[in-house]
Amino acid sequence: MTWTSIFIAGFITYLTRMGMIILIDKDVFNENFRKILNYVPSVVFPSIIFPGVLLNDYGTLVAITDPKIYGALTAIIIGFFSRNVIITIASGLASYWFIIFVF
Amino acid sequence: MLSKFQIFKIGFFDVAPHLLSVIPFGIIFGAIGIELGFDPIMTYATSLIIFGGASQIVFLQLLSGGASSLIAITSVGVINSRHLLYGAVLSEYLNKLSLIKKLFISYFIVDQGFAVSNIYFKKNKGQNFNHYHLMGSGITLWLCWQISTIIGIFLGSIVPEALGLKFAIPLTFIAIIINELRKIDHLIVMIVSGLAATFFYNAPFKSYILISPLIGLFAAYLIFKFKK
Repeated sequence: MTWTSIFIAGFITYLTRMGMIILIDKDVFNENFRKILNYVPSVVFPSIIFPGVLLNDYGTLVAITDPKIYGALTAIIIGFFSRNVIITIASGLASYWFIIFVF
Repeated sequence: MLSKFQIFKIGFFDVAPHLLSVIPFGIIFGAIGIELGFDPIMTYATSLIIFGGASQIVFLQLLSGGASSLIAITSVGVINSRHLLYGAVLSEYLNKLSLIKKLFISYFIVDQGFAVSNIYFKKNKGQNFNHYHLMGSGITLWLCWQISTIIGIFLGSIVPEALGLKFAIPLTFIAIIINELRKIDHLIVMIVSGLAATFFYNAPFKSYILISPLIGLFAAYLIFKFKK
């Protein structure tokens, strides 16, 4: 039973990956729709980031003093000026660990 | 002009920083699977067959908690439905590929790979062999996910929980969208979808991951209309 579920879940996941790539012809979308699609990274990733920072493991809001909030703010500020992926991630983790382990 | 292998390598290097969150996450997933009482082969099979981090954890948690298969499968489908958006974006760039290549490359589309390759595609429009970038990023992520799952299965949670490495996941996504923060329209759309996700987080089947991007896209549409 579990195996069947794994295969069905895998098949559905593959369909979500492959569906649009196979079905969409270049001319299906007009220029305006393409412009809206430009926003896809800006709508999907914040949907992962915000709950990851603002909520705890039980799905409730964390305190304003939570180390995750400082870590995220540091990463945003450093990342904004450095424009560097590694520095962004490292600065966020460093400030997060600093608050957890030093304070 | 860059060769196929060179473009593949760029894909690898572009996605490499994100392995910082993918590898610990894979190890944690492998360990969780065993802790929840699934055998090693079954736990690993989800990484090979489903290949979608967060959805795999939810899937095994639901099944071990006594939820029906239908609920577990539906949750996986909802969580992974965001790939439809990625596919819609990428279709423009993968359009000329043969059906076989499209079918092959589709398997490797994941968040971080989509993000870095989409940036590369936008910068290098019209260049030949661009899809090798997606293969470079996707296959790198795939390999690391498979290996780290196996490490987690056999060595358990060797990543100390005190390190809170789960937090590396939002951080890598911050790094992905950081450059878009400079554009006010993108900034608004990000805040709208992020707050929506936080608000709808406890919606059934983890559907916040589908609802909030759609709300964000609607905000983008309104901004687009307004600018016109």
